[in-house]
Amino acid sequence: MLELQGICFSAEDENQEVEILNDINLKIDERFVAVTGPNGSGKSTLAKIIAGILTPTAGRILLDGVDITERSITDRANMGISFAFQQPVRFKGITVRELLSIAAGREATVAEICEVLSEVGLCARDYVNREVNASLSGGELKRIEIAMIMARGTKVSIFDEPEAGIDLWSFQNLIRVFEKMHEEINGSILIISHQERILNIADRIILMANGRIQKAGSKDEVMPELLGCGQPCRTLADKV
Amino acid sequence: MDAIQQSLLEQVAGLHEVPAGAYNIRANGQMAGRNTTANIDIITKEDKNGIDIRIKPGTKSESVHIPVVLSQSGLKESVYNDFFVGEDADVTIIAGCGIHNSGAAATEHSGIHRFFVEKNAKVRYVEKHYGAGDGNGERVMNPATEIHLAEGASLEMETVQIKGIDSTRRTTKAEVAEGATLTIREKIMTHGAQYAETDFTVDMNGDDSSVNLISRSVAKEHSRQLFKSRIVGNGKCHGHSECDAIIMDAASVSAIPELTANNIDANLIHEAAIGKIAGEQLMKLMTLGLTEQEAEEQIVNGFLK
Repeated sequence: MLELQGICFSAEDENQEVEILNDINLKIDERFVAVTGPNGSGKSTLAKIIAGILTPTAGRILLDGVDITERSITDRANMGISFAFQQPVRFKGITVRELLSIAAGREATVAEICEVLSEVGLCARDYVNREVNASLSGGELKRIEIAMIMARGTKVSIFDEPEAGIDLWSFQNLIRVFEKMHEEINGSILIISHQERILNIADRIILMANGRIQKAGSKDEVMPELLGCGQPCRTLADKV
Repeated sequence: MDAIQQSLLEQVAGLHEVPAGAYNIRANGQMAGRNTTANIDIITKEDKNGIDIRIKPGTKSESVHIPVVLSQSGLKESVYNDFFVGEDADVTIIAGCGIHNSGAAATEHSGIHRFFVEKNAKVRYVEKHYGAGDGNGERVMNPATEIHLAEGASLEMETVQIKGIDSTRRTTKAEVAEGATLTIREKIMTHGAQYAETDFTVDMNGDDSSVNLISRSVAKEHSRQLFKSRIVGNGKCHGHSECDAIIMDAASVSAIPELTANNIDANLIHEAAIGKIAGEQLMKLMTLGLTEQEAEEQIVNGFLK
């Protein structure tokens, strides 16, 4: 179980402290939790804090009761946290096979690679020896990023907008991937998403706005709030 | 040959035993073995150190190995090797130099290689440079390569220097005739206080000639690198050079490209990128469970692969 206690985060912008997260308290032990909310509400920051990429200015993070607030990215990865970036990273000279092997923590066989790549709609034959460089499209990279998380199979998997940059056709398959993960996973998925179809699968939806949790609960409880959050100013409101 | 020389041979030429085909092995300034074939002759030069390698027209799928190993500290030599590749031949040439210096004096090898590639011949040329030994003596290599490509000929050169060479200044000059193609792939890693300089000059003299220079390097610790490339287009030709460097610690890398078009149909491009390992690359690998140092190694190894 992942637990966040009083997480705050602020960053400096032109010598001014900007508050990005304010007193986030959250327990995640369901299989599938979706985080949603308007742009700039602090969702990605929250994911980075859990993975250890950002350090909170206040608060504690517990994984199965162990305080991991001071632990490094590497330690957290080895303790069972996986994180799929919103914008996947390219590596000159490193192949899909090598990257998936690093993810799996051992030399992955072609059969294993085939297994995870086919889940995300890629044929291993075309991809195992491809370099994860600029020759891959954004959508291909995104799927490889998701495949890496599947290859790891850790107890907490965080996905930051997996649907971003994926075309409509692939999106249908993506939904299927997450539906399947929901059934099979031995742990929790935390997914940041704006997509209603992904929110539909979630056991619980967390709605964030202005760095706070505005509402958390089932789909029926949270969806009505979705439209009312992040109230625009009058000029913008007139136009939307 | 002793064990040290054997191990150098393995590093630079991947040889465990006597190679198949033509070869000439040079150890501590002496000939340590030679074999010629019906199509490939190797002749010792009479006026200076070195050999002439003569490949008959139409020779197909043959290879020539000409490794050099030096294990005697303080030895300094310049070797002149000329390759004459006949029309329509298709061959692989594997050169390479390994220095093991366990003494205090500098050991130095300068290989001056000239290639005369006749019409429509194809050459793949591989050279590897490697240094080892725990002495204080410097290990120095200054390879010079001169390439003459006749009409329709092609040469693909792969040059690798990954470890142990304290100072290197490599110059490559080429002239490319009509329809000929030159490709050079260079990989360099420097560390400690090493210095590596590469200097390419390519003249594309005929229509439909092309050149592609690709340099990838990693500079660690206090090492320094300088990449110079000059491409001159004198006809309807295509030239591309690319210098991609990762800089680490307190290292320094300079790239000085120069392009000259003397013909309206010359199409010349240079790309250069120097920078440290991207923070997001390290972070991604760390979220997969690698330590920062392991992540750095993965990125560097992949980059130079």
